Amino acid sequence: MAIVTTSTKSCAVNPLKMSQPIGAALAFMGIDRCIPLLHGSQGCASFGVVLFVRHFRETIPIQTTAVTEVDAVLGGEENIEQALLTLHGKARPALIGLCTTGLTETKGEDIPAAVREFRRKHPELDPLAIVPVSTPDFVGAFQDGWGNAVTRIVEELAEGQSEATSGQVNVLAGAYLTPADVEEIREIITALHLRPIILPDLSGSLDGHVPGDFRPTTLGGTDLDQIRAMGSSEITLVLGEGMRAAAAVLERKTGVPFVVFDRLTGLEPNDRFLDLISKISGRAVPDRLRHQRSRLVDAMLDGHFHFGGKKVAIGAEPDLLFALSTWFAEMGSEIAAAVTTTPSPLLEKIPASEVLIGDLEDLENRAAGCDLLVTHSHGRQASERLGVPLFRVGIPIFDRLGAAHRVSVGYRGTTRLIFEVGNLFLAHMREKRPPSFVRRGKGEVEADGILPHPPFLSRQSRGPYKGEVLR
Amino acid sequence: MRSNVAEAFNEPGCEHNRAKSEKDRKKGCSRTAKPGAAAGGCAFDGAKIALQPITDVAHLVHGPIACEGNSWDNRGSFSSGPLLYRTSFTTDLGENDIVMGGEKRLARAIHEIVEKYDPPAVFIYQTCVSALTGDDVEAVCKAASRRLGRPVVPVNAPGFVGGKNLGNRLAGEALLDNVIGTREPEYTTPTDINIIGEFNLSGELWQVKPLLDRLGVRILACISGDAKYHEVAQSHRARAAMMVCSKALINVARKMEERYQIPFFEGSFYGISDVSDTLRNIARLLVERGGPPDLLERTEALIAQEEERAWARLAPYGARLKGKRVLLITGGVKSWSVVSALQEIGMIVVGTSVKKSTKEDKERVEDLMGDDAHMIESLPPREMYAMLKEAQADILMAGGRSQFVALKAKVPFLDINQERHHAYAGYEGMVTLVEEIDKAIHSPIWAQVRKPAPWEMKK
Repeated sequence: MAIVTTSTKSCAVNPLKMSQPIGAALAFMGIDRCIPLLHGSQGCASFGVVLFVRHFRETIPIQTTAVTEVDAVLGGEENIEQALLTLHGKARPALIGLCTTGLTETKGEDIPAAVREFRRKHPELDPLAIVPVSTPDFVGAFQDGWGNAVTRIVEELAEGQSEATSGQVNVLAGAYLTPADVEEIREIITALHLRPIILPDLSGSLDGHVPGDFRPTTLGGTDLDQIRAMGSSEITLVLGEGMRAAAAVLERKTGVPFVVFDRLTGLEPNDRFLDLISKISGRAVPDRLRHQRSRLVDAMLDGHFHFGGKKVAIGAEPDLLFALSTWFAEMGSEIAAAVTTTPSPLLEKIPASEVLIGDLEDLENRAAGCDLLVTHSHGRQASERLGVPLFRVGIPIFDRLGAAHRVSVGYRGTTRLIFEVGNLFLAHMREKRPPSFVRRGKGEVEADGILPHPPFLSRQSRGPYKGEVLR
Repeated sequence: MRSNVAEAFNEPGCEHNRAKSEKDRKKGCSRTAKPGAAAGGCAFDGAKIALQPITDVAHLVHGPIACEGNSWDNRGSFSSGPLLYRTSFTTDLGENDIVMGGEKRLARAIHEIVEKYDPPAVFIYQTCVSALTGDDVEAVCKAASRRLGRPVVPVNAPGFVGGKNLGNRLAGEALLDNVIGTREPEYTTPTDINIIGEFNLSGELWQVKPLLDRLGVRILACISGDAKYHEVAQSHRARAAMMVCSKALINVARKMEERYQIPFFEGSFYGISDVSDTLRNIARLLVERGGPPDLLERTEALIAQEEERAWARLAPYGARLKGKRVLLITGGVKSWSVVSALQEIGMIVVGTSVKKSTKEDKERVEDLMGDDAHMIESLPPREMYAMLKEAQADILMAGGRSQFVALKAKVPFLDINQERHHAYAGYEGMVTLVEEIDKAIHSPIWAQVRKPAPWEMKK
């Protein structure tokens, strides 16, 4: 449906995009007792730490190999060895996720060889899992880094099993899901008496809980034994197109088939999701979920008045952009602008005339006259300049509380989303004045400077409503 | 660049550096980063911290998306006018630029910025990747500057040359080489000063400026908080300078003294007596350089008035905070000024970090705290957590990184680093600081969150 274009500017202004290594690092933070290790200059890691601290308001265990100018030229293999030994010594992690950066990829270091060499030299560290992943800063975006990390985790750790464990299902969770989203999905699946292995699982590590003791690694997440057992699941539920590659690798390695759900926001995709897992479990959808569905239907009935005809400008990574724009369109809003960070097969399916791989300057230029701006916290300046309210989604959200606790999947999540966004529309509704009730010709401006009320305008410009009889 | 880095490493004005042996000094301030155990930003981060507060300049980062995309708009340096400094610009280098070189893209990017935003100057930040592929940023800047008829300033501080402090210095070098002294002020006064190393975080400068206004002292340039490009360019005509107590831009202060005979002193805006000392020093230096002699007298009168007012406003907190124990973990260089500030209101500093402090800083802390048992060289998060869990302090004051160590131990926390949301400078700032400490310590949540759930209570 949409034409996908790429910005031709030489200078990105107000980036929407973030880089692969920190996307990979966040995926690793969904594994229990893990430390993501960025192989690059110390700034590569520290920017990631600051970003996630501001978003999650939690301690972030990302570390760095601290490559210096000399290391960069001569090769940073020694830095990797030293960092692995230091981390093992002081934090005893179960897994270290070794992510490359632009710096070490430019040099073209052979990381797998460096890890093999490390293994040979330090057999005593065999129990420590090390998963290296190639994540150059100058290719792709955050979501790609997340996807690549999960693919590599599956490649390295999942094991083929001779027998399937009945009732066990894999869930590959996309980069766009919050810890609370993951929790919601777990609840839905367990409601059908299935046992999910969720990878990665941010709901145990970055959900904002108070642990009883200090831990220098992640505070929870997918257990390594669970990852190894993924080969014996009945099916893999893939949440987000960005997880497809990881699912394919898992299938090739273990024979577990997969189904991709490109979104779980809205009525229809959740119906499909529940229908499938109910079939897998052989149980009927429980009353609790039927009630939730009914409440969502009611919320759609109550909310659609406020969504119809609204123009929305969205800037987000492909998976999130697809989920939100499709949902907005299903509520009756128009996607007036869609900007994203990296290519994806989903982009042309987005219900907009154009999807641009670009930045927030591009979004701002296209968002004038819109009713709502939807992007991460960096959209706040554009929102202020345009006088258009901002609905914060994705990462980072640093100027609002509870980023990890927002839910937009499942019947309940979609219901919440309708109320949250609907309330924003309501809060920014302008009270009409007497002149705004007078219907005017095109281009006429009222005496008090207020433009004619939008519904009249849009009706005129769009012609008759669908189904209206032309005489 | 290499000579610049070496020079910044060997900064003779830095006591920290002078105190080292010949061999250690050669290592300079690059020592910080240990693989697997490093904390803190890179040189690029440091350069950006030091220069981004210049509000009307376009700050363009030449590198892959990571350097700018992962980090922009993350500091609270305020502006009284232009907002261009908060717009983010990056060449967002892709694979092609790595293989073919990114110079052409950089040149086009500068052109686009000038066309769209028309800034008085553009600053170009070099990063690791483009430094490694050998992009000649200086040549591109020179050509662009000629073509576009405005300064295009290279800031050569790629992340991998060292830590934040070094980046601060290299940023200072960029100003000294390309900006300072390139323009004459419209007029000068005998009471023109520069403030160096003040970044106007949360608007702190504006808590100090009214005091200087009342004394008739003009800030010719603040480097770089709430500064405009032309102000920095004309700063060489100041009569005296204050270097804010941190070694961040000491090279700028020292070289401006050498080149333009602008004497400077190191002072602090934190703590009542420190603010007063700072005002006295400004007055003294200006009078020595031919300023109005009655400035000294007027300064004393202002100090007396302001101190009395501040103490009166602090008095109600005395009873509430006296004897409360503070663990103070900060960049180190600022420790002594904050220690004295807290002691002024009767709090007990149970420990302070001196990791990045100079010998002189440590002496000052020692003078203030009696013995050096409280000086902490390094405090890993695990030990910090244990210390707080054992209730060895009533509040942790530190940078944002430590926030969750304290909160997870259910101990009050106050952010005093650059991500903080309140202004603590000046007499006014001290009152704010104490208000914030009081709010943090006496929040009603502590009693609630520390109480275990009923089913976890011991019989």
